[in-house]
Amino acid sequence: MFRNVAELVGLANSQNKKISEIMIEQEVTVTGRSREDILSLMNRNLTVMEEAVERGIKGVSSHSGLTGGDAVLLQKYIEKGNFLTGETILDAVSKAVATNEVNAAMGTICATPTAGSAGVVPGTLFAVQKKLNPSREQMISFLFTAGAFGFIVANNASISGAAGGCQAEVGSAAGMAAAAIVEMAGGTPDQCAEAMAITLKNMLGLVCDPVAGLVEVPCVKRNAMGAANAMVAADMALAGITSRIPCDEVIDAMFKIGQSMPTALKETAQGGLAATPTGRELQAKIFGIPLKNSESKS
Amino acid sequence: MKYRSVFDIIGPVMIGPSSSHTAGAARIGRVARSLFGREPKWANISLYGSFAKTYKGHGTDVAIVGGLLDFDTDDVRIIHAIDIANEKGIKLRFIEEDAITDHPNTARIIVGDHQGELELVGISIGGGKIEITELNGFELKLSGNHPAILVVHNDRFGAIASVANTLAKNEINIGHMEVSRKEIGKLALMTIEVDQNIDELILEELEKLPNILKVTKIVD
Repeated sequence: MFRNVAELVGLANSQNKKISEIMIEQEVTVTGRSREDILSLMNRNLTVMEEAVERGIKGVSSHSGLTGGDAVLLQKYIEKGNFLTGETILDAVSKAVATNEVNAAMGTICATPTAGSAGVVPGTLFAVQKKLNPSREQMISFLFTAGAFGFIVANNASISGAAGGCQAEVGSAAGMAAAAIVEMAGGTPDQCAEAMAITLKNMLGLVCDPVAGLVEVPCVKRNAMGAANAMVAADMALAGITSRIPCDEVIDAMFKIGQSMPTALKETAQGGLAATPTGRELQAKIFGIPLKNSESKS
Repeated sequence: MKYRSVFDIIGPVMIGPSSSHTAGAARIGRVARSLFGREPKWANISLYGSFAKTYKGHGTDVAIVGGLLDFDTDDVRIIHAIDIANEKGIKLRFIEEDAITDHPNTARIIVGDHQGELELVGISIGGGKIEITELNGFELKLSGNHPAILVVHNDRFGAIASVANTLAKNEINIGHMEVSRKEIGKLALMTIEVDQNIDELILEELEKLPNILKVTKIVD
C-alpha cells in the first residue's frame, strides 16, 4: 500500500506501470473486490460525471439564484472563436463550472474528492478528451490516477474545507486533475507528481469562505480556476518543468497551512467573501432575515 | 489510513451541494436510522461547528433527515426529506450548538418513539466519509483507520464467540474489539475494528446469528 507520492511513483517506476494501474491493483488488494467490479464502479461514476456536465452545459439555476448559466455563456463564447486563451482550457473551465452549477442546484454529481470541488476533475477530463481522443478505458484510468493522488492527500493532509480550507478541496482536486491529465497525455509517473506539486503550490492558502454558507459563491468560479490551473500545470510538467519542493512536502505544507488557518476562513461563512457587505446582504436576502441579524452572527 | 478506497476519493455519487455537509450528514443520519432499526417518531438534531454555522446553505438538516428516512446519498428524495418527514408526522428539532467539538463537522442525533430512543454522535471528515464517535453515551474508541462495525446483541454466552467465528470464517481479522453492556443479561454492544473490508453479505450473515439484534458498519 502506498502512503505517499514518493512511494506511489516508486511503485509505478519499479514495476513499469502507470499510476492508474497501481491504484487499481491496490483497490483489488484492499477491498477484495474483483478488477472487473472496480472498473465497472468507476465507469458508473464516469457516467454520472458525463450526465452532470451535459445537464450543466444546457443551463441550470440554483435555488438561491446565486449561480447557474455561466457554463452556457462560456460555451457560446468558445463557439464564437474570439477567445484569448485556448479552446481546451476554456472547455475545461466551462465543464468544471457546469458540474458545480448542477451541484449547487442539488443535482446528482460524483464527489471528486468533494462535492464543492467536483467540477475540476470531470471538467478537465472531458476537455482533454476532445484533444486526445482517449478510449473509455483510458478515461476510467484518468479517474484512478486522480484518485491515487487524492487518496494520498486525504490520508496525509485533508480534503475537507472545514478542516483545511478551499486549498484542501479545489486545491486537491486541481492537483489530482493535473496528474491525471499528464498520464493521459503520455507523461511519466514522475511528471504526474510534478504536475500535482506545481498545481497545489499555486492553491496553497486558499480559504473556504462561502457566501451564506452555500456551495456557490465563490465555489463555482474556484472550480473554474482550479481546472485552468490544472491544465497549465500539466503542460508545464509535460514540458519538463519540475517543482523544487517535492510533491509530498507541498502536501504537508498544505496540511500545516490548513491547521493554522482561522476558523472564520474554514467553511463557517464568517470571514472572507462571506463577510463582505455584499456577501452579508446576499445572505440576509436568501434566508429572509434582517441584515442586522446576519451581521451580528459574525 | 483513514481513507482506504479510491471510491472514498472519486465518489460518492450524491445529491449536491456538499460531500461533508450533505452526503456525510445523510450517512450519519442513516447510521442512526439503521441502529434504531425503525423509523423514529421524533428526532432532536444538534449541530456543532461548521455544521451549525452553514447547515441551511448546505442542506445539512435536509440530508440528516433524509438519512433518518433511510435515503442513500444519491437518492433525490433527500431534497424533500424534511417535507416527507413532516408528512409522516415525524417531529424534528434542530439545535445550533455553540460548544467547540474536536471536529468542526459534528452532529448529535437523538431519535426515538414510544418504544425507546437512541443517541449518537457522528463526524463528517471530508469527501462524504464519516465516523461515529459516541453511541448511547458510550464513547466509541475507534482509530478511524480501519473498517469498523457495531453489533447490538443480547448479553448471552456465545454471542461474542459466534460473531468472532463468522468473521474468522470470512477471513476477516479483528484488530481491536470492545464489549460493553448496561446490565447483565440485557442489551450489549460490540465495537469491532477489522483489517479487511466487510461487505453487506457478511453483515447480513452476522445479523442472522442467535442473539444478534443489529449490525451496522460505522467506519467504511
